[in-house]
Amino acid sequence: MMDFLTNDLLQLSDSAIRFATPLLLACLAGLYSERAGIFDIGLEGKMLVAAFAAGAFSALAGMSVDDGGWNMGGAAVWVGLLAAIIASIIMAMIHAFASITLRGNQLISGVAINFFAAGITVLIGQYWFKMGGQTPQLHEGQRFEPIILPFAKSLQDVPVLGPVYHDLISGHNIIVYLSFVIVALTWLILYRTRFGLRMRAVGENPGAVDTAGISVVKLRYSALIITGILCGLAGAYLSLGTAAAGFGKDMTSGRGFIALAALIFAKWKPIPAMWATLLFGMLEAVGSKYQTLDLGFMVLPGQFMQALPYILTVVILAGFVGKAIPPKAGGEPYVKER
Amino acid sequence: MNKNLPKWVDLGLIPLLTLFLAFAVSGLVVMSIGQNPIEVVRVMIQGAFNPFGIGHTLYFTTNFIFTGLAVAVAFHARLFNIGGEGQAGIAGVGVTLIMLSVDWPHWTVALVAGTVAAMAFGAAWAAIPAYLQAKRGSHIVITTIMFNLIATAVVGYLLVGPLQAEGSLPESPKFPDGAALPTLHDILGVVGIEFDRFAPVNISFFLALIAALLVWILIWKTRLGYEMRAFGHSERAAVYAGISPMKITMVAMLISGALSGMMAVNTVQGEAERLVLGAVEGAGFIGIAVALMGRSHPVGVLLAAFLFGILTQGGAELQFTLGIPAQMITVIQALIIMFTGSLENMVRIPLEKIFLNTGKRGQA
Repeated sequence: MMDFLTNDLLQLSDSAIRFATPLLLACLAGLYSERAGIFDIGLEGKMLVAAFAAGAFSALAGMSVDDGGWNMGGAAVWVGLLAAIIASIIMAMIHAFASITLRGNQLISGVAINFFAAGITVLIGQYWFKMGGQTPQLHEGQRFEPIILPFAKSLQDVPVLGPVYHDLISGHNIIVYLSFVIVALTWLILYRTRFGLRMRAVGENPGAVDTAGISVVKLRYSALIITGILCGLAGAYLSLGTAAAGFGKDMTSGRGFIALAALIFAKWKPIPAMWATLLFGMLEAVGSKYQTLDLGFMVLPGQFMQALPYILTVVILAGFVGKAIPPKAGGEPYVKER
Repeated sequence: MNKNLPKWVDLGLIPLLTLFLAFAVSGLVVMSIGQNPIEVVRVMIQGAFNPFGIGHTLYFTTNFIFTGLAVAVAFHARLFNIGGEGQAGIAGVGVTLIMLSVDWPHWTVALVAGTVAAMAFGAAWAAIPAYLQAKRGSHIVITTIMFNLIATAVVGYLLVGPLQAEGSLPESPKFPDGAALPTLHDILGVVGIEFDRFAPVNISFFLALIAALLVWILIWKTRLGYEMRAFGHSERAAVYAGISPMKITMVAMLISGALSGMMAVNTVQGEAERLVLGAVEGAGFIGIAVALMGRSHPVGVLLAAFLFGILTQGGAELQFTLGIPAQMITVIQALIIMFTGSLENMVRIPLEKIFLNTGKRGQA
């Protein structure tokens, strides 16, 4: 039992954090968009495009000039990150143009973006690298390395806290830590700044915001730029910050939808979003460690763990366990009265 | 749809212009990966219509008619059923269960049984999101997305567990011979017309045409269809007129799920004759594009489904002949959904301005 607690649980929690990071970033991305009144089912697509841009540009930047690269050494990973953010913002702006300026259907726009991402990443990937849609394997300097926090080694032998600090808290890459900082930042922005107040208002009652002389359009565009940045980080994490070390076809594999589920689970709030994504990350960690889960009285297949986030979301949405009420103006294009 | 615009603009000109824009941008994408758009179009059309290709084109068209009709029926009641993918997947399980349970004596019986099973399972998978929308107010788009993903897990589990055939492949046992549906080769053979023997298109194609006719009758010639359209136009007015939102939401979604499900008759029973992993292949999502382009009208759906059938088969040929990944078609589909769906106002707003101005001048 002690062994389970110290080794298995620690290892599971560690991988839960790794699995949760892209979910958390994408979930917060969705939070900005939906809190501002724009439905976003295109998180998956934005993440995928970002993951591709990160993998492709980090690879190009790190390659030697002879191989057609830019020979940028350790800066390559940052080029990849920047490319991911830019690519994701472009997608977010297409969504913004369709939803805000043209007052089109936000759900259909999201579906289109997901499709577009699934296609264009493989198309360009194959054209550039001729590797069946993959990007080249990334090496040192082209990806984010684990950061060993101070004293992690020397404190390792301290009972309980030592291994927790060394194995669980230390040794993640910068995006992991950044994502938790962004949770706090998002809370501050949302509840302690004027922009946050206005953004929440524009998602509930854009008419009132407009009456107060504040531009609904500008607010919503700003929110979607943030959504783009965060999806960019989420995508970059997948190709630059995991063992994959490169982009693979459809590598988001539904994470954008799990993030969406987590957003509902968290009732569109930042701190609960962190717990929700950690929970879903834990489910993924358990699912990938054990093919089947023997509970003693019954055996759960791995696919059950895979489906559990979605089942939980449906239950929450149905209001059987605490009702999830979305921002009131979500999905409705705002038409200024004339 | 819009009183300001003449019908031919709303139903003809706008879809054509948006389609043109989608193709124009697709052309740019083709050029950006170093290919010649004209050559690409030539290869695609040749690939979709040659004697070998047409049988595949019609096979894909059949799928898209079913899923397109499914989305269209829900659209009329202003419900966005994005769950065609899951409904068709679960319907495949239904078809498999019934086909494996009896040694079918004749295809006619098997066709009826398969269709009923597909419709029932597809409808059942749509029923829960529909009920939650009607009774608990959960957003149907989110629940149907979740149900797609749950369906993937269910089918994945069944194909490596209870339904798996002997061997290591994730697929069900082959159906008994009596369950095999006649292909277009068999059907046309009766009247002496030669058709590719190996083409997957089968009798389900005619089933799809009948379904389109029935949907047309339902939407425009029955009381229920009228109620659905009224509900879609204004929920409050419909409630005031004594139409029950619960009933309309449930019925529209059940019909929609049943239509998505019928696709399994074509793929699972008609073509593979067993359940395989990923049998739906995105057809549920393409149904959205088909319904959007077809303006949720059965005739429009038929035409749009045929177009997407051509694109799908032509896309396979692109890979074969020019080495362009099949994802080219995914991009074209995305652009069509974008331009005919979310970016449609790009075309509509300027056109409304033009026609409103000329209209005013005409009156003056």
